[in-house]
Amino acid sequence: MAERQIIDARGSFCPGPLMELIARLKFAQVGEEFEVLSTDQGSANDIPEWLNKVGHQLLGAREEAGVWHIALRKMK
Amino acid sequence: MNILIVGGGMGGTILANNLARRLAPELRAGKAHLMMLSASDKHMYQPGLLYLALGRMTPDELYRDQASLLEPEIEFYVDPVEEFQLDQNRVKTKSGKTYGYDILVIATGSRPVPEMIPGLAENAETFYTEQSALKMFKRLQTFQGGRVVIAVGVPHKCPMAPLEITFMLHDYFKDRGIRDKVQLHYTYPIGRVHSLENVAKWATPEFDRLGITYETLFNMKEVDGKNRVVKSEEGTEARYDLLITIPAHKGMEIVEKNKLGAGGFIPTDKVKLTMEGRPNVYVIGDTTNIPISKAGSTAHYQAETLGENIAAIVKLGAPVRDHDGKVFCFIECGKDRATYAMFNYTTPPDPKAPTKAVHWFKMAYNKLYWASARGLL
Ligand SMILES: Cc1cc2nc3c(=O)[nH]c(=O)nc-3n(C[C@H](O)[C@H](O)[C@H](O)COP(=O)(O)OP(=O)(O)OC[C@H]3O[C@@H](n4cnc5c(N)ncnc54)[C@H](O)[C@@H]3O)c2cc1C
Repeated sequence: MAERQIIDARGSFCPGPLMELIARLKFAQVGEEFEVLSTDQGSANDIPEWLNKVGHQLLGAREEAGVWHIALRKMK
Repeated sequence: MNILIVGGGMGGTILANNLARRLAPELRAGKAHLMMLSASDKHMYQPGLLYLALGRMTPDELYRDQASLLEPEIEFYVDPVEEFQLDQNRVKTKSGKTYGYDILVIATGSRPVPEMIPGLAENAETFYTEQSALKMFKRLQTFQGGRVVIAVGVPHKCPMAPLEITFMLHDYFKDRGIRDKVQLHYTYPIGRVHSLENVAKWATPEFDRLGITYETLFNMKEVDGKNRVVKSEEGTEARYDLLITIPAHKGMEIVEKNKLGAGGFIPTDKVKLTMEGRPNVYVIGDTTNIPISKAGSTAHYQAETLGENIAAIVKLGAPVRDHDGKVFCFIECGKDRATYAMFNYTTPPDPKAPTKAVHWFKMAYNKLYWASARGLL
């Protein structure tokens, strides 16, 4: 199994964590895993909501020292 | 010290001129050598395409000869790179030549790829190339009313363009006296109308005021031209009479072919601007995978940091500063008002109410850009 890839979107105001994730998934293979690092509180809601709508798998979300770590798998 | 810059667009040109000035004594004494390889003998001011699509600029205004923008000390060839042989510190070009370097800078930009979405290229208008902007201009001229849908692919360069084209279309149709016959419907990939929260906060009531409808979490999946419907990854649909899109982008094909980065975007350190695992290879502009706006302004500020650092490597043996991620983007809010967003890695933007003065400053910048490319501004 390939290593989980980190998308370090800490301090990214534009395009921001969700946009960055959408872009990276476009060029990824089904089954690849990612962990988004975000300092934007909104990401904790936005990213899981979007994953759910589109049908990718949320593997976990936790906050550590002001940084959100959101893990997911590309499903299609 | 051999410095090789690949790409003569916004980032590459500003960097080359910046370095030519900083390293003038070393270049004259033969202690440093500065070369640029590009894919075209012309330099396009891409932001002008937005105006071209609405008949407010003409194609000839968008171009200058690349050689005329460069300081004479820069050795310049139109000979696109085909192979990056990074282990050997050299590149191979289309003409079959190889060029060695001590320091390499990759600034080859990005390009819209409508083909990633089935039905998009055949059924949608866009303004991200000269040809497509001219086509959109002609289509708009004959459009007499109906539902106009704006849809945005990710990633794309110029984060302000989706809002700008929407506000400008509002004024365009108003001026033609048909705004009441046109329904403008804006869609956006994430959960608000712009990636910058403060910009979204300002733009949403503007849309309400102007009667522009909007829908968020909308990522194009396919375009059904027969039924004139654009479908989203999220399972929704938008019916259109005229579909205007900003297609998702990739980096240059050559970057993908050489396996430098997925989608043609090169993994890059956001403060050092070095390519991951390659301390003598730098990447600036749209080609990086840094989570920062793909904008000329981004490339400009990166080029200034890198110019200072490469000159310091030549003169002092080490770089002198980290890049702060500065971006400054104008936002056209119609035909005669504009505002701007300025931010960096640590400070979010705080856009002000649009004014005529900022619009005229942008109009002036459209001309001043050539001084900026020469490294004078
Ligand atoms: C419609 C539109 C509106 C925009 N508006 C704005 C705006 O208002 N503000 C703003 O800041 N930005 C704006 N932008 C974005 C801006 O133009 C780009 O982000 C900017 O040009 C990126 O600079 P760059 O140097 O990375 O790439 P580019 O300027 O695209 O240059 C890439 C260069 O690489 C060369 N090249 C390509 N392949 C090779 C190869 N194999 N070998 C050698 N050379 C190669 C090309 O010939 C070109 O010279 C806009 C863009 C568009 C399309």
